[in-house]
Amino acid sequence: MCVSCFTQNFWNLLVLGLADGFLYALIAIGYTLVYGVLQLINFAHSEVFMSGGFAGYFILNAVIGTSSPGGVVSVGLVVLGIAGGAMAGGGVAFLLERVAYRPLRRRHAPRLAFLISAIGASFFLYNMAGKEFGRDAVEIPAPFTSGPVFSVFGAPVTTYYLVIAISAITMLIFLDRVVAGSKLGKGIRAVAQDAETASLMGVNIDRVISQTFVLGGLLGGAAGFLFGLNTGVVYTMGFTPALKAFTAAVLGGIGNIRGAMLGGLLLGVVENFGAGLFGTQWRDVVSFGILVLVLLVRPTGLLGERLGRSA
Amino acid sequence: MTLSGAAASTLPGAQAPPQGPVTGQPRLSWLRRLMGSEDARRLLSCVLGLLVLAVMTGPEGSASAPLSGFTGSLFHLRALVFIGLGFVLWAVITLRRRFGERARQASDWVSSAPRRLVTNRQARYGIYLALLAFAVVYPMVLSQFWQNVLVDQIGIYVLLALGLNVVVGYAGLLDLGYIAFYALGAYSAAYWTGALAVHPPITLNPFWAIPLAILAAMLAGVVLGAPTLRLRGDYLAIVTLGFGEIIQIVATNLQGVTGGASGPASVIPHFSVHVLGVHYRWGLADLPYYYLLLGFVVIVLVVFHSLENSRVGRAWTAIREDEIAAESAGINVLKYKVLAFSIGASTSGFAGMLWASQVGYIDSTLFTVQLSILVLVLVIFGGMGSLPGAVVGAAVLQWFPWFLRVHPLFGFQQQDLFIYLGALLIVMMIFRPEGLLPSRRRKREIGLAEHGIGTADAMSEPGGEP
Repeated sequence: MCVSCFTQNFWNLLVLGLADGFLYALIAIGYTLVYGVLQLINFAHSEVFMSGGFAGYFILNAVIGTSSPGGVVSVGLVVLGIAGGAMAGGGVAFLLERVAYRPLRRRHAPRLAFLISAIGASFFLYNMAGKEFGRDAVEIPAPFTSGPVFSVFGAPVTTYYLVIAISAITMLIFLDRVVAGSKLGKGIRAVAQDAETASLMGVNIDRVISQTFVLGGLLGGAAGFLFGLNTGVVYTMGFTPALKAFTAAVLGGIGNIRGAMLGGLLLGVVENFGAGLFGTQWRDVVSFGILVLVLLVRPTGLLGERLGRSA
Repeated sequence: MTLSGAAASTLPGAQAPPQGPVTGQPRLSWLRRLMGSEDARRLLSCVLGLLVLAVMTGPEGSASAPLSGFTGSLFHLRALVFIGLGFVLWAVITLRRRFGERARQASDWVSSAPRRLVTNRQARYGIYLALLAFAVVYPMVLSQFWQNVLVDQIGIYVLLALGLNVVVGYAGLLDLGYIAFYALGAYSAAYWTGALAVHPPITLNPFWAIPLAILAAMLAGVVLGAPTLRLRGDYLAIVTLGFGEIIQIVATNLQGVTGGASGPASVIPHFSVHVLGVHYRWGLADLPYYYLLLGFVVIVLVVFHSLENSRVGRAWTAIREDEIAAESAGINVLKYKVLAFSIGASTSGFAGMLWASQVGYIDSTLFTVQLSILVLVLVIFGGMGSLPGAVVGAAVLQWFPWFLRVHPLFGFQQQDLFIYLGALLIVMMIFRPEGLLPSRRRKREIGLAEHGIGTADAMSEPGGEP
């Protein structure tokens, strides 16, 4: 334990934590949405995230090649990467719902069966990605040259952090509007509150569930691309961030969309503070400790766990 | 369905519910009409499924040529073979549905044959004895290689599967960090036999370390299970998943204690017996270890079998079938869930202890989350809640990849194993959730749950809403 490392790096850790937190929030939305409509944890969400990373890599690799873009082109490339990642994530999430969830839902299978088929899908997908796309980590060609833009109390905020923050905030606001204001959002909230009644009112539950998966997949895939920009892309990349995003979703109150956003940011910051205190090798242990602590002390999370009510 | 029309204007995705194969409506294209037929849809799923299999078994791609794996599998003669197999599969399924009643009767007759043959208790014990004799004699004629597979890959995993069967099968909980307890068992074996850098108060023979390893794993099970099992069942799954990861990180980072990724410096001693002038030491040979394992497996089988038919086993059944009813009947749901979880954990610790002492060396990289999933697949494949299922499932699934790898025809690669296991989990859940050799009770529960009676798992919150 090193208190002085922590106090000296406080602002650095805060900036780092917020950047991580935005990504966790994007992924956590996927867990929370699916949980809201199905009351199930989507164990294969980590692979939705991974697919976004790969899609971003392939697209940017093809477009950028060996050039080093700048200016407006960079912005376009980032948007392209995010769009590609989101499309891939949405596509994988759609297929996932079709193959691993819908047949079981038709049969009213026990909940254990859903969890098992989701974990099977997760293992199938990431090992398949390893087989088809190679098992070594690859770097996404940089769409911009990252460097410090400004600093907060001596902590440099790099271009990469800004990209994450801006794109994540945009997407989170967009999602919040979709769930709160659109017809789809109304359907999602109706199914989350009471699926049976919603279906009596004419909501096509199958379609709403499918669209919920896709909506979560879009954000998860985009997060996969943003994550891959910094750390590279590899077929096992989904596991740890997804586990933490789940923790974030529980922290904020699973099923609660604003809770997932808050939980993501909070977890990112606390985890990096923990890493500053105990050393970076204990980072994952800190966030797992938070998960167990939350479950012990306040299992409904900070904002409570209803999708319909608070969104 | 007048309501749906009114609601469609205000709610998204609102649509009249599907009314079976719709025909004669002008807005349906021919494709819609074709896909509306059950047979065509099933044919499409069969062919698509087999094409996925073609990609699974096809050549590998790479990051620089991401499509090469797909083109090599699909734009190739072998794709035709797989499409053909898809048609065959469809034909088989269709015929089975047409002549389903007779086929089902025939398959029921075959699968109930053992039960009919073994009507009385004596005959049953006779068969158990015969199986045991086979398990004793047969390994003697195997080659060195297969004897090794039998101990390292099959024996240990049968034990692991039996333990996880208590958690998943009897109690209906999902434990995704099962291997963490295996690691705990292995590290406590290393500690008590003096192999770690930190020395125990007294150095013990591995036999005496067994109860201590079991105790350590059981304590960890209680500490982890007691808080999480109060909550919804899926929280347990994710907490155990995280715990499995954390144990590995801790074992890697506590270099001073565990030796981290390079393992402890000294070797964990083999089992040895020094009783009444008899001195025997299990060495590197596989066969003696096999018999030791066989003995332990038989003991565990007997214990779990009587547990299943005891008050405890009946409590588990009640919790699985209807948690609220069980609670109203005075069963302490939390207590029995924690009990099942810690029994599973201690079996895993026991297996880890045996394995550590046999190979003599452990390091933190060996206890991956993949192994937890592997054991889960063994239990699901064999049949949740069925002891013969756990044994046969583990033996078959652990033997088969080795057979494929050794056999020159298939060119199976170990790194692809989890593609197949993942697909197997999905396929089992869709088509045969009760497993290969289902327990009769579990099969019935799943069937009932699908008709809306009971839950067939323990996923709800104790005392909460179902």
